[in-house]
Amino acid sequence: MHSFGYRLNGLLTFSLTILTIMCAIASLSDNLNTPSPSAEIQIININRFQKQPQGNDEVSLTMNISADLQSLFTWNTKQLFIFVAAEYETPKNSLNQVSLWDAIIIAKEHAKFWIHTSNKYRFVDQGNNLRGKEFNLTLHWHVMPKTGKMFADKIVLTGYSFPEEYR
Amino acid sequence: MDWQGQNLVEQIMQIMLLVFAVIAFVAGYVLGSFQMMMIVYAGGVTLTALITVPNWPLFNRHPLNWLDPSEAEKHSKPQVAVSLKKKGTKK
Repeated sequence: MHSFGYRLNGLLTFSLTILTIMCAIASLSDNLNTPSPSAEIQIININRFQKQPQGNDEVSLTMNISADLQSLFTWNTKQLFIFVAAEYETPKNSLNQVSLWDAIIIAKEHAKFWIHTSNKYRFVDQGNNLRGKEFNLTLHWHVMPKTGKMFADKIVLTGYSFPEEYR
Repeated sequence: MDWQGQNLVEQIMQIMLLVFAVIAFVAGYVLGSFQMMMIVYAGGVTLTALITVPNWPLFNRHPLNWLDPSEAEKHSKPQVAVSLKKKGTKK
């Protein structure tokens, strides 16, 4: 500590090391949060259900998505990334997951929402297995922190199915 | 800065930084604001820097008394006795 520069260097190094430790503890504090999210998805209409020229089924649908994800936010949350995926089984694949819609929520106030939307991304099957098929709609979320570990979880909503015939 | 001052400064620096870190974390956690934690901590680091880094007179109260150059010449440096042991060279 014998010169100005030496003291300044020591101070900066020590302060930044302590900052890393503070950020690690902040990330650990996220584990104390017990979230209680809820969600509901209603399929209003299946707009198109056709077989493409290549032979794959394509679906276009309109949904009402409502959710209350406010309890997922902590002081260490930067944003919430959520997406809705349709999940179903085919003879070829034991699990198909097709992402239909996603959003980024950056403030706790916006985490309780209701949206009427058609699928943002195309829903195309690998094959033509969708007629009469039962599927789940899952709302996934990724809680992205300001520092530290990211948490991801989901709600599975069952009981949806495609019509028996193309329309 | 003299040796006593350096010791004191190092202690003050470490303790102040740790105390401000704890205060900042608690403030941020209680207020639910990460930004508040960063602001309080940055303020603490600046305050610590102002107190410990410049060469304040308070840290120079025990200065070292270096010998004057004339005194040094009178008491000249002791000669170090060097004994060379000659080792036989191998042919």
